[in-house]
This record gives sequence, C-alpha cells and structure tokens, in this order.
Amino acid sequence: MCGICGCGSPEQKQSHKFVFKREHQHHHDELDTGRLIQLEQDLLSKNNTFAMQNRAYFKARNIFVLNLVSSPGAGKTTLLVETIKALNGQFPIAVIEGDQQTEHDADRIRATGTPALQINTGRSCHLEAQAIGQALNELDVKNNSLLAIENVGNLVCPSSFDLGEAHKVVVLSVTEGDDKPLKYPDMFHAADLMLINKTDLLPYVDFDVERCVAYAKRVNPNIHIICLSSTKGDNFTIWINWLEDKINVDSSVES
Amino acid sequence: MHELSLLENVREILESHALSQKFTKVSRVTLEIGKLSCIEPDALRFGFDVVMKDSLAAGAELIITELNGMGRCQQCEQNTVMEALYDPCSYCGRPLTVMQGMEMKIKDLVVI
Repeated sequence: MCGICGCGSPEQKQSHKFVFKREHQHHHDELDTGRLIQLEQDLLSKNNTFAMQNRAYFKARNIFVLNLVSSPGAGKTTLLVETIKALNGQFPIAVIEGDQQTEHDADRIRATGTPALQINTGRSCHLEAQAIGQALNELDVKNNSLLAIENVGNLVCPSSFDLGEAHKVVVLSVTEGDDKPLKYPDMFHAADLMLINKTDLLPYVDFDVERCVAYAKRVNPNIHIICLSSTKGDNFTIWINWLEDKINVDSSVES
Repeated sequence: MHELSLLENVREILESHALSQKFTKVSRVTLEIGKLSCIEPDALRFGFDVVMKDSLAAGAELIITELNGMGRCQQCEQNTVMEALYDPCSYCGRPLTVMQGMEMKIKDLVVI
C-alpha cells in the first residue's frame, strides 16, 4: 500500500494530483523487498518525555518554573536581574541561562548573589528538556523556589521545545517592531504571557502598542500582556504581582 | 535551524526501533508535517542526507506529507482552513482554536 495516499492498486499510480499538491512516486515495488512499519511517532517525543520528567521533578519539589523566550536583545537578562532585586529574597531563586556561547549572562545573574548555570548550546538555537534535566544535577535549585530559564535569543525554534516549565513568557521590546507577533506567530501562540519591554523608549520609536496587542491576541486570544520597562521600573510591580499570584496559585494546585 | 535537531531526533527514533523491531536498514522515511508547525519541509529535505549519513537510514528516501491547518471557532462552531496561526474564523471573524496543522511526526518507515 502506498504510504502517502493509502492506495494499493497499480492503476492508481498516475492520478494523485487532485488529492495532493505534488505528484509523488509510488513504492509498491520497493515494499516487495522491505517491510512497512507504521510509527505515528511525534518528532518531539524524546524531548516531550524529558519535559514530562522535568515537570514531575518540579512539581514534587514545588519549584515554579518560567521559560523566558525572545529575540536576542529584548532584555531578558535585565528583566531577570531586576526581578531578582524586586522579589528581594521572598523565596529562593535559581537561573539557567541558555546562549550559544559565553558565560556573560550567567555572570550578570551571579552578580546579584543568585545561583546561575550557563548552558552553551553551541550550534543549537534553542534549549532542550534533556539539558535542563542535566542542569538540575549541577545547579542548586531549592525546594519551594523559583527557577527562571532564559532561553536562547530566538523567536522561532524555542517555541517547539517544552522544557517542563509552568509558563512560557515571551519578551518583546519596543525597538523590535509591533508586528513581531504576526511575523513569528509560533512563539506568541505557544506563550501564555507577553511582556512588552523597554516602554521608556516608546517616544523615540515607531511602535504602536495597541496594534502589537491586537496582533498578539489574533495569534493567541488567551495571551496575557504586560507593558513595562525593566530599566526604568515602569509597571514593573504589575509583572511582580503576576509572578507572585502565579507562584501562590500554581504551588497549591500544580506546577 | 531546529530542523537539524528534529532530524537528529528522527535518527534516534529509528535507531531505537531498529533494536525492538529487528531491522538493520531503513530505505524510506515518511514524515507528516502540519503546515502550521514551525518546520520548513525544504530545510528537512536539505538536512536529511547529512544527518542520516553513516546511520542505518543512510541513503534512505525521505517523503514529507504536509497536513493543512484547520481551526475551529468556539463561537459559531465552524471549521476553517488555516494558512497561518493568526487566521480568523471565515464565518464570523473570531479567533480559531487550532485542530490540525501543528503535527510533526514520523508516519511510517520501510525497513529491511
């Protein structure tokens, strides 16, 4: 039987254009020497298994986990540094930093006195769940704590890879353009919170906040949105309140 | 280029099934990729031979079947074909819940 169209009769060989975009070859002859195995297995099944294990680990230890995603330079590390300061030791925090190269971001986190582990992904453009599981052996993540994972700066690939987090938070800075949610819809579809960052620069850039919000809601009607400035502190308490609320709710229900 | 990572996953999945299903060579791999998933079929085709080189799927044929995006409107309960994740309901214009098109899976293999 043809693995593409399910047909099994030789006379159908030439007539598939009306069903499929492209004509495809048939392989009935090949199958005479081979064996067909129906797999129906997700390409991400391995990552998803590790993500499930991570999620179970976090739940058992009441660790609240955020996966921060954005394009490079949107301000994830500054956001984390200011968040650590604002939370002011309410609960233990640990950070996993993902970058292709350098320890720069982990160093910035460590300067606040917070333990941080840098994962250099090398040629890879995203973090995977297995690497997070391995990081948990090296990083001192306390029970009843917050673990922030700063993903590789990339608005495409990290959207597909579940790390076991409670929330995927996409950071978009106003210097990037208000149409990013439509240009990179997968990420905004996968995230449940969008932070529009660097709002102190709004007077200097051509960024329409309302349009950006409308675009994000088109891609993901359920996405929650907070506009803030990490460096100037505008609306920062709204983000901190969101975080505290989620930690309180999620830790009593599920991670 | 997370397509390379995904192809490495494909290779690992094939290797794991080779043991349990007792085969030594894969001559054809069929992938099913939803049009709303962030995977570029051409990038998969480009990387397939490189990633499968020296594996049990070296020289295997790659077939990619693309699945159309399909969304369901929660308001009017109609289904609409989706070209992009931000496409609205074609009947009432409201946002859609994706029902099909995010798939990325290995559908089947031909093995020897």
